[in-house]
Amino acid sequence: MAAKMFRQCPDSGLFFHKSAESLMKAHAVLGVVYLLVGGFLGLLVALTRMPSLHLLSAEDFYLALSIHGTAILIFWIIFFEMAVLYFAASTLLRCRPATPAFGWLGFLLMVIGSTLVMVAFFRGNSSVMFTSYVPMPAEPIFYLGLILFAVGALIGCFIFLGTLVIAKQEKTYDGSVPLVTFGALTAAIIAIFTIASGAVILIPTWLWSLGFINHIDPLMYRTVWWALGHSSQQINVAAHVSIWYAIAAILFGARPMSEKVSRTAFLLYILFLQLASAHHILADPGVSSTWKVFNTSYAMYLAVLASMVHGLTVPGCIEVAQRKKGFNNGLFEWLKKAPWANPVFSGMFIAMIIFGFIGGITGVVMGTEQINLIIHNTIFVPGHFHATVAVGTTLTFMAITYFLIPVLFRRELIWPTACKWQPYIFGGGMLILSLFLLGAGTLGVPRRHWDINFSDALLQFQFAGTAITMLGIAGFGGFLAAVGGALFCLIAVGSLVFGKRLDPGASLFSSFGFPMASSCYNVERPGKLGLAPVEQTGDGGVQAKGTFVLALVFLASFVVYFFINAKYLSSIWPMG
Amino acid sequence: MQKNDNQESTQEEEAVPGMQQLLDNPFMLLFLGVMFPTVFYILWGIMEIISIPAVK
Repeated sequence: MAAKMFRQCPDSGLFFHKSAESLMKAHAVLGVVYLLVGGFLGLLVALTRMPSLHLLSAEDFYLALSIHGTAILIFWIIFFEMAVLYFAASTLLRCRPATPAFGWLGFLLMVIGSTLVMVAFFRGNSSVMFTSYVPMPAEPIFYLGLILFAVGALIGCFIFLGTLVIAKQEKTYDGSVPLVTFGALTAAIIAIFTIASGAVILIPTWLWSLGFINHIDPLMYRTVWWALGHSSQQINVAAHVSIWYAIAAILFGARPMSEKVSRTAFLLYILFLQLASAHHILADPGVSSTWKVFNTSYAMYLAVLASMVHGLTVPGCIEVAQRKKGFNNGLFEWLKKAPWANPVFSGMFIAMIIFGFIGGITGVVMGTEQINLIIHNTIFVPGHFHATVAVGTTLTFMAITYFLIPVLFRRELIWPTACKWQPYIFGGGMLILSLFLLGAGTLGVPRRHWDINFSDALLQFQFAGTAITMLGIAGFGGFLAAVGGALFCLIAVGSLVFGKRLDPGASLFSSFGFPMASSCYNVERPGKLGLAPVEQTGDGGVQAKGTFVLALVFLASFVVYFFINAKYLSSIWPMG
Repeated sequence: MQKNDNQESTQEEEAVPGMQQLLDNPFMLLFLGVMFPTVFYILWGIMEIISIPAVK
């Protein structure tokens, strides 16, 4: 008789395999550790960019900025995404994970790699920031750490693919994989390209740091590195969009408005999303405008189209589900009556709105070769990616964590009132930060700069008072976001340690990756995941009228903002 | 009866549209997802960089 390795969560009905569950927990917990480290240093960076405080010395500022960028953009995000991959393959497909022992090997490599990078940072000789552009050298263990981390993550991606194969062979589901799993597959594919690109450039750079190679061409480095640096953020997009669909299904019982359309949108991500990396090279000489324009415009717009499809279908499917429950009055009763006090919903919805309206629109502006000249390498860029990554991805991951703590970790959330407010504090702070960084960047304030006035140089520069004020307000937003982020870490860790046990088999150790008591695993093989029933939506496809209006508002904002930037470009760069 | 069932299931399998077959094939998607950006972004970009004349 085969061992019983699955347990069924009595609250959600989800099945968790013993090995996959431990891997999910270990990756998610490590992710939160890096969120805490990176978030704290982000606060120090924000308070240094605040002109009235200017907290850190130049040396400490670049150290803090390097750790903040790497800990958040790489370690927090990818650790959590590995947890998402195990969840999307093993739990959603009711399948045992492929080679869990290799999963732990991958995890170990990620832990060793990220620790080496942190050691390199704290030794003080590797403040090369997230991008680590050559010829600025870091210690060899910095590059080695990144390579080991990448190999570990790559193992996780192939285990995800292996689990899909097992699920198909063992017929654990009917038809196609669920949409959330398909979105996770998209994330895994982008991750594989991303990590391979990283290997292509980081291995020679490591050898260069050891003295085995004389020279790394800076433009070659920048071009290939951005296939890692920017595509790694595209893994996030695919992962958080998948989680949006998951949350819509979990909270509202919502089903995608059209599986075909949503899957096609993910296919557009697979084909074109990574090409947007080229917008980082738009101001570089050496590559042609044809390369730049193809990659950032023609191809990238297909990925933008995919994001707009998801931005329409996720709230659309929630609206359809809400209307079926009777929230039919007017255009927005379905939205007013949504569970705004539930952080799973509020976090997800705030993330979606800020990701689309702020991150999405500014991303397209940055991807336009001509307009990019206004804001290239200004603090506009961090303004953009704090809307996409800090809100879009991080707040989405926070939202799903509120769901996973009771379901996966079997602990009750502590501080329910704080849970309710946390997404608003974090999202509100990040919104302020993003908007005012975008504003200051439009006025030319450079990014990554400790002293924008060049106060100890022969030629000094004074920015307009408006820009200085905007930096001050952005610093306040950063502080507020840090409070929200710290609150999340306290709630998450506090719930894992002190939260009421929802299952007697959930021990303190099981909160951090060890299996729960053997008695919890009492299912040998879960029942087959059946096909979802086909529903006739009828009504000519206009059931989601409110969402349609929101989409029109979005498009109007898009056009107006694009026009403003084009007009601004014409005023600072007169032609003729 | 069983024969009819088999015929029906065979017809259903045959009726899977090409697009769905693509979307149901993770390894084909992996190939495309690596090939597209490798060709259009990395290889094309590298070719342009290495074709820059060296300083004499």
